[in-house]
Amino acid sequence: MRLSVPSKIPGLPVLAIVLLLVPIVLNDEFYLDIATQVALIAATVVGLNLLVGYAGQVSLGHAAFFALGAYGSAILTGTYGWTPVPALLCAALLVATLAWLVGRPILRLKGHYLSMATLGLGIIIAIIINNEGWLTGGPDGIPVAPFSVMGFELSIFDEYQVLGMTVSGALAWYALAGVLLLLAVWIAQNLIDSPIGRALRAVRGSEVAARVVGVDTSHYKLLIFVISAVYASLMGSFFAHYTGFITPQLATFEHSIELITIVVLGGMGSTYGVIIGAVLLLLLPQLLTDFHEYEMMMFGLILMLTMIFMPRGLLPTLSGLLQRSWPRRVRSSGQED
Amino acid sequence: MFAEFLQYLFSGVTTGAIYALVALGFTLVYNASHVINFAQGEFIMIGGMATLSLLGMGVPMPLAIGLAILLAAVLGALLHQLAIAPARQADVVTLIIITIGASIFLRGLAQVIWGKEYHALPSFSEQESIEVMGAVMYTQSLWILGVTTLLVLALALFFTRTLVGKAILATSMNRQAARLMGVRIQFVVMLAFTLAAILGAVAGAVASPITLTSYDIGIMLGLKGFVAAAIGGLGSGVGAVVGGLLLGIAEAMTAGYISSDYKDAVAFLLILVILLFMPRGLFGSRVAERV
Repeated sequence: MRLSVPSKIPGLPVLAIVLLLVPIVLNDEFYLDIATQVALIAATVVGLNLLVGYAGQVSLGHAAFFALGAYGSAILTGTYGWTPVPALLCAALLVATLAWLVGRPILRLKGHYLSMATLGLGIIIAIIINNEGWLTGGPDGIPVAPFSVMGFELSIFDEYQVLGMTVSGALAWYALAGVLLLLAVWIAQNLIDSPIGRALRAVRGSEVAARVVGVDTSHYKLLIFVISAVYASLMGSFFAHYTGFITPQLATFEHSIELITIVVLGGMGSTYGVIIGAVLLLLLPQLLTDFHEYEMMMFGLILMLTMIFMPRGLLPTLSGLLQRSWPRRVRSSGQED
Repeated sequence: MFAEFLQYLFSGVTTGAIYALVALGFTLVYNASHVINFAQGEFIMIGGMATLSLLGMGVPMPLAIGLAILLAAVLGALLHQLAIAPARQADVVTLIIITIGASIFLRGLAQVIWGKEYHALPSFSEQESIEVMGAVMYTQSLWILGVTTLLVLALALFFTRTLVGKAILATSMNRQAARLMGVRIQFVVMLAFTLAAILGAVAGAVASPITLTSYDIGIMLGLKGFVAAAIGGLGSGVGAVVGGLLLGIAEAMTAGYISSDYKDAVAFLLILVILLFMPRGLFGSRVAERV
């Protein structure tokens, strides 16, 4: 019944083409570095968006899950000598268990209790990472070994021969991050179109109505909370291997706020919207470096103005405008949203 | 032994009173608009920093504090008029993000105007501390407790004895009914933001002789005030005060007897425990969600 213009554009191929174009247009270590980080954060918020946009719940502690993934990988590979893949899987399992334990009692309640709980949990994890220096390196941070699969090491400082061409480590990492983002989107889209996704949209619409027609609402909300936490953990692990050095900064409340801001800015419930949100929010500090003294002020101002004038987020608002200027026959059936 | 305990209790009650004021600000705004105002902490910062720079210009202390509170009140009203009111059709999450934007903006502005250094206001009384049964009590603590008590009493009178106060209460109980009875909802919400800003600024001004002040103190103080409000059952005035005092005492005892490294974790551990075992907080109302 809902006929929206963007849904006719096949999103995944478009995203793949854009990801392919980036290294062609901006083949430079500096831009590739930013693009890699943007892709990893974008994949994180695609997961967070499942929770915010489809289950109508807000997590104010997602940075802690990201940091647990990062530190889990760093500690298991560094201190205990594990290889990266089992380490990141183990960290993700730990995060899933934690999210399940906290989410299970709290998601039975209505209202914004999950935001309070995740806020508390997130800050506690940040404080623990800061204080337990013997394990985490404390405020100074901890180095992380490069990512490797079956003895093949991926480091930004190396060069690789692929089909006779020389590929820089930075480009190789960008390719990995791009593939991860595509995978993250693909999995998210499939979840949204699955029975789980339908149940979740029902929850977002009216929880009582959903319950009346037999949807086990708290079960689905818990499931999606755990999935979004695992997204954050996995991307945190990759982020740690990529940057090679992590600090407790990853776990801070400010970082959690940044993640949730990306979702709301890009458009809650819009997978591609939140990717655009990630690109904009992470590029903004780069653009504002010339105003270094006013950077924080302008950042806050831009955030406020966008939310005041585009409360549904960038992509939904813009595609709504596009829809309004579309021929009227589309409009008459697309008005519902 | 007892003196030590008394010492921790004094310091706990003092910070607790500050948290209570901040928590009351959260409660006011939450009741009137269901928005969790994450810019609340910034008004504490503004109260302290503005008093400090006015003092630096030679303005006498009481006047400096008065002007700082006035500045915060204007900013609180502006926050509502310019940022919250235009977006009132939006999702509550969007409104919360707007308050986060506002807090970043105010913090950035403070950093430009006042720099990044830490400052302390002079103590209000000549004599800095007195001795009570072997424990040292700052005279400033008495100021903080006195001012908090006065403000809490004033708020209680305001809500029970004045028409405007009753209008705010009515709005928090049932928005539609209040509107039908002729309450101007937008005015009430603006008033709530202004009052919350005033409470924050007062807390900032009386606390900075003890806690110091800088452009970024609003984050932690704001979050802890929020936790205190949640402990009391977000939306309850009595709960906010009790929650603030409980939190302050729990923090001081943890710092004294367990570990000062984990002092800041107490608030957030408490919120988890409260949510798991009594999600409506200590004094929260048992409202049923309407369909």
